Formats: sequence, C-alpha cells, structure tokens
Amino acid sequence: MIGLAHYLTVAAILFTIGVLGIFLNRRNVILMLMAIELILLAVNINLVAFSAYLGDLTGQVLAMFVLTVAAAEAAIGLAILVIFFRRRGSIAVDDATRMHG
Amino acid sequence: MGRFAPLLPELILSIGGTILMLVAAFTGRRGSGLTSWLSVALLIAATFALMGAPSHAGPVFDGLIAADLFASFGKAIMFPAAAIAIIAAHGWFEHDHEHSSEYAVLIVFSAVGMSVMVSATSLVSLYVGLELQSLAAYVLASYRRSDERSAEAGLKYFVLGALASGILLYGISLLYGFTGTMNFTGLASAFGRGAPSLGLLFGLVFLLAGLAFKASVVPFHMWTPDVYEGAPTPVTAFFASAPKVAAVLLATRVCIEALGPATEAWRQIVIFAALASIFLGAVGAFGQTNIKRLLAYSSINNVGFALIGLAAAGPQGASSVLFYMAVYIVMTLGAFLCVLWMRRPDGEPVETIASLSGLSQTRPAFAAAIAIFMFSLAGIPPLFGFWPKLLVFNAAVASGYVALAVAGIVGTVVGAYYYLKIVKVMYMDDPVEPFERAREPIQGFLILLAAVIVSPLGYLLIGPLGALTDRAAGALF
Repeated sequence: MIGLAHYLTVAAILFTIGVLGIFLNRRNVILMLMAIELILLAVNINLVAFSAYLGDLTGQVLAMFVLTVAAAEAAIGLAILVIFFRRRGSIAVDDATRMHG
Repeated sequence: MGRFAPLLPELILSIGGTILMLVAAFTGRRGSGLTSWLSVALLIAATFALMGAPSHAGPVFDGLIAADLFASFGKAIMFPAAAIAIIAAHGWFEHDHEHSSEYAVLIVFSAVGMSVMVSATSLVSLYVGLELQSLAAYVLASYRRSDERSAEAGLKYFVLGALASGILLYGISLLYGFTGTMNFTGLASAFGRGAPSLGLLFGLVFLLAGLAFKASVVPFHMWTPDVYEGAPTPVTAFFASAPKVAAVLLATRVCIEALGPATEAWRQIVIFAALASIFLGAVGAFGQTNIKRLLAYSSINNVGFALIGLAAAGPQGASSVLFYMAVYIVMTLGAFLCVLWMRRPDGEPVETIASLSGLSQTRPAFAAAIAIFMFSLAGIPPLFGFWPKLLVFNAAVASGYVALAVAGIVGTVVGAYYYLKIVKVMYMDDPVEPFERAREPIQGFLILLAAVIVSPLGYLLIGPLGALTDRAAGALF
C-alpha cells in the first residue's frame, strides 16, 4: 500500500536532485531550467499528496497556480537565455562571468 | 462594487496595466513617452485610492488578502517609488535608442505583485504576489538587450530567483501538510498548540530562506551585487527600493501574523541574518570601484538594520521596521537618481567611484546632494537616516536584546567607512574631467526633494510618520 510517506519521499528526492542540478551543473543553462522544473514538480507532488491526505482542496488549488507560474517562468527563462546566447554565443554556465565579486 | 472596494488600488493597476500593454503593442516605440506618463498617472491614482475603504476593510476574499493599514502603509511608499523608477528611466533609455513602452508596463505589473505581497494573509496569495513581482523583475533586469552585462544579470537573477521560489514553495507545502491550512491565522493557531514538530520547523526555515532571497539578506545575497551592477540603472534603482520594501514587509507579516506563537524559533534565524547582513554588507563594499555595486552592498547592509527591528518582535519592533523602510526608500532613490545624473559628455553613463573625484569643485550642489545621501545611509546623526537606526536599536533594547543593539551599532561604525570614502573622494581628491549632467528637471526636483527629506529638516516628520507607523504596525497584533 502506497501511503503519504512514499509520496513525500519521492518529492524530497526530486527536490534534492533539482537543487543539486543547479549547483553541480557547470555546463549548460538549459539543464538549470530543467532542474528548476524538477523542483516545482516535486513541490506539486507534495502539495497534492498532502491535499489528498488531509481531504482539503487548498493544496490542489495552489498546485494549479504552481503549474501556471512554472509555464510563465519557463517562457521568461528561455527568452532571457536567447538574449544571453545572442550576446555571448554560448550557454555554458562558466561563461556567465562578466561580473564577479 | 462594494465587495471590490478594498481592492481598488490593485484593480486600478492591473486593469490599467493591461490596457497600457495593448497601447504599447499598437504604438510601439513612438508611444513610449505616452505609456510612461500614463503609468505614472496610474501609480499616483492607485496611491490616492488607498484612502477610504482599502485602508480599514480587514480580511477580504475569504482571508486571502487583508486590506489593513499595514498593507496600505507599504503600498503608500511602494507605489510612488515605482513611479519614480519610471520617471528615472526618462532620458536614460532614449539615449540608447532602445526605450520601448514595455518598461513602464512591467513596473506597473511588478507594483501589482508587490501590493498583493504586502496584503497577503494566506500562503496562496503570498506565492502568487511574489511570483508576479519576480517575473516582471527578471525581464526588467535583462531589459538592455544590447548590453552583455544586462543579459547576464537577467540570467543570474532568473536562475537564483527561481531556485529561491522553489525553496519557498517547498516550505509552503510542508507548512500546509503539517497544519492543514494556508491561512496565516490558521497557521498561528497550529503553531500555538505547543512546541512545533520537525516538519513545521523545516517548513518555517524554507519559507524564511525564500523570503530572505527576495529581500537580499545574507546568506542569500550573492545575486545582489551582480544583478545591481548589470541591470540598467533605473531598474537597479527600482530593485533597491520598492521590491525590497515589499519583501521586508511580507517577512514581517509572516513572522508576526502566521509564525507569531513560534517567535522563539524564527527569532534566532532573523538575528543571525540581521547581523550577517550588516557585517557582510559593510565588509563586502570595501574594495568596490563601481558605485552600483557599492550601493548593492549598502542595501544589504540596510536591510540588516531593518531586521534588527523585526527580531525585536512586538508592536514597537514592527513599527520601527516600517519607519526604517520608509526612510530607506527615500535615501536609496535619492542616491540612485544621483547616479543616473552622471553622464560623460558623449552621453554614456558613468558608474565608477573614481569619476566622482573632486566633484565638490566642479559641481558643488550635486556633490553636496550625494554627500547628504551617503551620510544619511551611514546613519550619521544630524541627518534623518540616523533616526530609524535609533528606533530599531531602541526596539531591540526594549525587548531585552542589548547585545544585538550593541553589535548593530558596531556594524554602523564599520559601514560608515565606505560611505565616508565616497565623500572623501568628492571633497579631498583632485578634480577629474567633469561629466555632463542630465537635463531632466523633474529628476533634479526629485533629488532636491529627497535631499530635503533626509536632511535635518526631516526630523519634522518624526511625529506624523511615527504615529502612522505605530498605527500600521498595530494592525498586525
């Protein structure tokens, strides 16, 4: 029987993978965008699991908002990435070093 | 209409902003002046709409939003700051031939997000407001498409901002799961039922971490210098003022309204963040040569002082946070308007501290204005910036945190070094080639107004402003 704890564990693992994906990845900004999606989806699993467990709809409503915002965020992220690529001709994370300190 | 009356400012801004976006789409670059001034008019109208129903309607929409005096106070300082960010861009982008109308519209949408943030009384509206503000801000940071630094600033801000939102959301999901509610009052009663469980503590820490990022508080400040340097200067002025106030006010409301019974749990976190921000903001600014980077560290430093007031909790502490942010927004906007005035004769913006050398001889009035803002940001007594610092220290002492206040005062002294360095460069060093000043009478007037407010004349405001912040803070208790 799959219970609340299983869902929470999966979400926690996905969340950790997402956070590590942002910090350990040095090659590609697109991978970072994917890691961000992973974090948001992990949160959604959490919200829906809690919502079903508690018998309360608010969590699912927030999950809908998260999905919508994630779509808008991906659109804006890719647009910024395109600007960056046009200027630098690269999307490697290590190339984002015009400013540091 | 009666049901929507408490939302009047947000309605004006969101409906007006949507219409302006259509105007912008149809008029293109030609309409940039029109949309800018209409956006300023919208923000002023929204400020006036705060009077009446929106300031005392209490919880509306089933407790998602509270239209109380605390929220109205925040909006009354954020809307004018957003309008000034639009006025500040006038003439700055025109030079680059890339001023399109979307700039003003994005600021209006960001203002809607901020006003939802300060009135949020539920984790749902908190998240939606925060994201509306942030998504507009990511675009604004990378607004100068021809500039490599602007694109890089946008990218860094976006990636780290999205990560912070994810962490915040994870905290929200944990708080929801362990309390069964998203309402601040519901959360408060869940926290009031004895010692918080491990899940609740994790949720609290994640939520505060996400908010700390938005307010650029140490240890989540690493994006601030890069983004402030790379973003176009009017956008930097905006980032340092209104969204920062929104984030601090939101954190105040969350800590007091939702997490009030768990004060002992979040207080240590806030104290650590406050002291770390004050000292890192002061030390990090030491070797900087770019004035925008320097002001970025200055803003980190200043938020640290506001957090001392939050750590004091209680009505006096909350009132001192509001007072601090109200004065901070004037000082910061004044300083950034001065930076916007610095141009080379060919019209290129100047950003280095070295170019200020000997300014007192070439442009005495301008040098005096910068000196006033720097002394005030440092909190040196005759100027108004001293008073809010005194208020937060007072609040800390009143709640028994004498050591915290002492550490804050030591931090003020350390921080004064780099503000004084700028004054020294302007008044003691040999003059370099003078730069052109921008021919913007309205911006000149705004600099003058800000300088008068932070000058010792500002002390006349202590009575009315203090009474207002006390009443606004009272709305939380």
